Amino acid sequence: MNSSVIVDVKNLRKQYGEFPAVDGLSFSIEEGEVFGLLGPNGAGKTTTLHMLATILRPTSGTASINGYDIVRQPSKVRKSIGMVFQEPSSDDLLTGAENLRMHAMLYGVPSPLREERAKEVLELVDLTDRKDGLVKHYSGGMRRRLEIARGLLHNPKILFLDEPTLGLDPQTREHIWKYVERLVAEQKISIIITTHYMDEADRLCDRIAIVDHGRIVVDDSPEVLKRALGGDMVRLTMSNPKLEAIREMPFVKKVEVRDRTVLLTVEDAGSHAQEILAVIGKVDSVELRPPTLNDVFLQYTGREYREQGEEGGYWQRIMTAEARR
Amino acid sequence: MSELSGLYALWLREFKVYLRERSRIVAAVVSPLLWLFVFGAGLGSQVTLANVNYQAYIYPGVIVMTMIFSSIFYGANVIWDKRLDFLKEVLVAPINRSTAFFGKVLGGATDSLIQATIIMFLAPLVGVSFGVGFLIAYVFIFIALIGLVGVGLIIGAWMESPEGFSLLGGFVTFPLFFLSGALFPIDNLPNWLAAITIANPVTYGVDAIRGLMLGTYHFGLVVDFAVLSAFAIAMMALGTYSFKRMKL
Repeated sequence: MNSSVIVDVKNLRKQYGEFPAVDGLSFSIEEGEVFGLLGPNGAGKTTTLHMLATILRPTSGTASINGYDIVRQPSKVRKSIGMVFQEPSSDDLLTGAENLRMHAMLYGVPSPLREERAKEVLELVDLTDRKDGLVKHYSGGMRRRLEIARGLLHNPKILFLDEPTLGLDPQTREHIWKYVERLVAEQKISIIITTHYMDEADRLCDRIAIVDHGRIVVDDSPEVLKRALGGDMVRLTMSNPKLEAIREMPFVKKVEVRDRTVLLTVEDAGSHAQEILAVIGKVDSVELRPPTLNDVFLQYTGREYREQGEEGGYWQRIMTAEARR
Repeated sequence: MSELSGLYALWLREFKVYLRERSRIVAAVVSPLLWLFVFGAGLGSQVTLANVNYQAYIYPGVIVMTMIFSSIFYGANVIWDKRLDFLKEVLVAPINRSTAFFGKVLGGATDSLIQATIIMFLAPLVGVSFGVGFLIAYVFIFIALIGLVGVGLIIGAWMESPEGFSLLGGFVTFPLFFLSGALFPIDNLPNWLAAITIANPVTYGVDAIRGLMLGTYHFGLVVDFAVLSAFAIAMMALGTYSFKRMKL
């Protein structure tokens, strides 16, 4: 094992009855790396994260985190990680500062250090001026930031972010991304993010593993994955495309047809668009764009990545939490 | 050290949340007042038991009722904590599950203790005078609460929905209350009723508190103490087990 490897997962499995939620995952993460587990809802990302966080026991396989085994040394693993759960997990009848204080006590942060650390992490997520307000008066984004701050409070080696922007509006997502980027720049910490947002993975992660049906289908940096497709994407809407000639063009890497849509993977599409349009026939519309992780997903799983209806947004869950009061 | 500070943190959280939910405190005190001042006064106009007015006789029982209802239904919080990820935040912390469970128990017991205290201040209104017995009663109340809060948390740990919890909670709380001698003496009960009453740990709480406040015992403090302690210890063990097995 390389000394700079901080997370090493070997053939991790979780089986619910007959159904393998996580079906033999292996990956490793280096110190300081931002690693993304990317895949549709139900792909097994959160289950994986819960196993790594020692709150779920793997059916088989193992993993070491910061050198500690997740099954045999759970307490040491827990001290090494900071966890930001998918669902809201801060206490809304406590203030931000109280939530942090409680977390510090739970993690055995010595009392002289508590206030100092709280101050640092609050500054990092720009919540210093709201720290004495009750969390129930926070916006969804502020809650998220508080939870990120809390995850960092005990100086973990690795931060787990489970769907950090699920159900947040675009502007708030952008903010959260900025904080994560700031975190990476300012702190010496490794991060594991699970997300089903392609753009999020692309923006934040040094390396991603695409997870589908509990397995990793591919694992590399977003740039490499996109480059590996071999070109730009050209999407044409049309009836009766003349594809024979297109297939023979040396710069056309891939041709796909679905109903009235033709999707071409074209090397340096900008300079070849004219030639393609000249032979393919009458076109209703053309779109030419660089490849995205969506295209990568399609390439490796053979199906379109669809954003299935989210399992109730973050806000909805906050509302549920409040309905009980 | 870290376990202790964790325990303190969990207790402090429950306590602060409790103080901020004033409606819960008010709601929890209303129904004991109805029992005491409507049922107790109504029946008390005709009935005297064990040489005291009925209202005074059921007064210790009403304290116990407050304890039963507030502590069992406190367990419903676990279900809400499960629905959010708040409970995971606690369970992912580097503390034992038994510490996590005990922290919740202490929090719930504190809530109930405050409610019981509010009712205890009403003693003069029903003709019961304050004495040293009230202070000793606190010991018994606390031990009984550890067991009762444990029951609530165990139900919470195994149930998935709040609806399911209310159903099962109601199913547990009413028998615990009615079959505890809170409302009538247990000396001359029919056999089947006596058997259930003797098996109900709450009976011993009622007996101890009534004895300490009014001077009439059925079992005596030693037996009461032994049974309540056994009940509390059993619930702690079962609770820790339930928290370990809890599906998140």
